[in-house]
Amino acid sequence: MDTPLIELKKVTKSFGANIVLNGVDLHINKGEITTVIGKSGMGKSVLLKHMIGLLDPDDGDIYFQGTALNDMTKPERRKLKTRFSYMFQGNALFDSMTIYDNIALPLKERTTYHPSEIREKVNAKLKPLDLVGIEDKYPSQLSGGMKKRVALARALVTDPEIVLFDEPTTGLDPIRKNTVHSMISDYQQRFGFTGVVVSHEIPDVFYIAQHVAMLDEGRIIFQGTSEEIQKSTDPVILQFINGLESRHDALTGLPPQPQGVAQFRRDMAQFQRHHIKFSLVLLIVNNMEVLTEYEGHVAGQTILKRLAGHVQNCLGITDTCSRYGLNKIMVLLSAGEISRARMFCTELAREMERDPTMHIKPTKDTCISISAGFSVAAENSELEELIEQADAGNNSFYEFRVC
Amino acid sequence: MDMNSVIKNPLEELGRKGLSVLQDLGRITLFFVHAFVHMFSIPLQPGKIIEQIYFIGMKSVFVICLTGAFTGMVLGLQGYYTLVKFGSEGLLGAAVALSLIREMGPVLSAIMIIGRAGSAIAAEIGIMRISEQIDALETMDINPIRYLISPRLAAALISFPLLTALFDTVGIIGGYLTGSLLLGIGKGVYFSKVESSVIMHDITGGFLKSICFAALVAAICCYKGYYTHLRAEGFGAKGVSFSTTSAVVLSCVAVLVFDYVLTSLLL
Repeated sequence: MDTPLIELKKVTKSFGANIVLNGVDLHINKGEITTVIGKSGMGKSVLLKHMIGLLDPDDGDIYFQGTALNDMTKPERRKLKTRFSYMFQGNALFDSMTIYDNIALPLKERTTYHPSEIREKVNAKLKPLDLVGIEDKYPSQLSGGMKKRVALARALVTDPEIVLFDEPTTGLDPIRKNTVHSMISDYQQRFGFTGVVVSHEIPDVFYIAQHVAMLDEGRIIFQGTSEEIQKSTDPVILQFINGLESRHDALTGLPPQPQGVAQFRRDMAQFQRHHIKFSLVLLIVNNMEVLTEYEGHVAGQTILKRLAGHVQNCLGITDTCSRYGLNKIMVLLSAGEISRARMFCTELAREMERDPTMHIKPTKDTCISISAGFSVAAENSELEELIEQADAGNNSFYEFRVC
Repeated sequence: MDMNSVIKNPLEELGRKGLSVLQDLGRITLFFVHAFVHMFSIPLQPGKIIEQIYFIGMKSVFVICLTGAFTGMVLGLQGYYTLVKFGSEGLLGAAVALSLIREMGPVLSAIMIIGRAGSAIAAEIGIMRISEQIDALETMDINPIRYLISPRLAAALISFPLLTALFDTVGIIGGYLTGSLLLGIGKGVYFSKVESSVIMHDITGGFLKSICFAALVAAICCYKGYYTHLRAEGFGAKGVSFSTTSAVVLSCVAVLVFDYVLTSLLL
C-alpha cells in the first residue's frame, strides 16, 4: 500500500483538563477527499489544525509522506505549509480589507505575480462562486453564505495541493451548499488536490468523499469508504448518521441516497416474495462541468433541481426516485420492461421541453445532455451491480439534449 | 488571583506571579526582536509602513499640537510665577524650552500617542487574534509578526521623534504666548534664552528618549493584542478589552519608568 499523504499516529491533545484528542489514528490518502464527521465539540477542528501545524500534539506523531513533522527543520515545515490551504469554520476573513484584497492576499504576499495576473486569478475564482460585483465590499457587508464562499475562493486561489475545509457549508442555503460541495468535488477532480472536509452534512458529504472517518470521544472510531460507513452496524455510527439525515435532500427535494437504498431493499423483498418485477433508471447530467464552467456552479445546481422536479412529476404511483450522487438521480420503476422506461423518459423529455429554464445553453454549440441508463433487477441483484450496469455506456438507452 | 491561596501560601503565590512576569518579559523581548529583525527582511513593506505612519503619526498631529500648546502655555504661566520670585523671569524661555525638550516633550507625546494609537493597535490586533485572522495568516504562510507588527514598529520609530519635535516646537510657542503676550516678557528675551540655553545634547537626549518610547509602546501594545488569546481571564470581546486596558496602562507605566532610567543615564 502507498504511504498515506498525511498520517496521524496516537495523537493526543488536551487543553487544561479537557482531553480533546485521545490517541487519534488517521490516514489521509493523496488525491482523495476525506471527510471527518462527528458530533460538535468532539475536536474535529482541533484535528484539522494539527494537520497544518497550527497546533502541536501533546503526544503522538504526525507524518507527512512518511516523515514526522517533528523531525522536519523550520524551513522544511514552512515549505510544507505553502502546499496547504485552510478554510476556517468562522471564515477568518480580514474584516478591514475588501473582498478582492482578501482573496488576493495570499497571491500578493507569497508570489511574485504581476497585479494583472493576480486580478485574473482572483476573477477566475469569483465567477464560479457567484461572487462577481462584490469585490469592493467589506466582509461585514456580506451575508453569512457569501462570506463562506469568499473564504472558499481564498482557500482555492493559490491552487493548493492539500485543502482543509472546516465545515465549509454551515449556514448556506441548499443550492449554495450543493454548489460548494460540487465545487470541492469538481476542483478536486480537475486539480487533483487532496481534501479533508470536516462536516455535518450527511449524506451530502458522502457523495463527494472517497474516504470517511468518524471522530468520537477523542478517537477515530471508523475509517472507510462512504458505502462502508452507511452499511455499518455500530450503534454510535448508526445513531449519528440517522440522526442527521433528513428525509429529503435539501436541493432536489428527493429522498437522499440512503433512503433510495432502503427503498431498493423493500422493492427487492417484494420481488423475492411476490415476484413483482422492477427496474432501475439512472439519470446522469453528463456535462455538468461544461455547464458550471460557463454558467457558474449555481446554474448547474438549479438545472439539477429542475430535473428532479420533472422526474417527480413523471413518476407513476408505485415508482420511486432518490438522489444517488452529485449529478445522478436513481429511479426505481415498478415494471421490468424497457418499454416502460422508454415511456417514462418520453414523458420526462416532454416535461423538460416545456420548461424554459432547462433550455440554457452553456456554449454556442453545446446543450444540456442528460443520459438515462437502464437495468432490470434479477433475484438477488445488488444495488451496486444494477447501478454499475445502468451506468455502463452500452446500457444508456435514452439521451436528452435540451437546446 | 485566588485570595485563599494568597493567604495560605503567600510565598508560593509570589513565586508564581514572579515566574509569570519573567515569562512575559522574555516573550515580549523575543517578540520585539522578531518584529525588529523583520522590519528589514526582503521584500521591504514600504506601503504598509506609510499606511501606519499615517495612522500613528499623521492622525496624531492635531492632538499633539493641542496638548503641546497647552503644556507650553501652562509652563509659561507656572515658570513665570516661580521665576519672578527670584527676579529672574528673563530665564522663562530657557525654563520652558529645557523642560519641554528634555523631559515633557518625549513623555507627554508618548502618553498622548498611547491613548490615541496604542489602544487602537492593541484592540485591532486583539480582534484579529480572536477572529482567527492571525491563524489564517499563518496557514497562508504569511508571517503574522512580519506582516502586522513590523510595519507598526517601524512607523512608531519614525513617528515618535517627529511628533515629539512638533510637541516641543508648539510648546515653546505656547510658552511665548503666555510669557510674552500675556505676562509681558520681551519677545527677544524669550527666544534668545531659548536659543542660548538649549544645546545639542538636550536635543539628542530627547530624541533618544522618544525612540526608546516608540519601541516600548509599539512592542507592548502589539504584544498585548497579539497574545490576547493566552490571557487566563476574559475571552473574546472581554479579552480584547482587558488587553487594550493593560496595553495602555503598562505602556504608560513603562514610559515613566524608562524615562527615569534614561534620564539618570543621560545626565
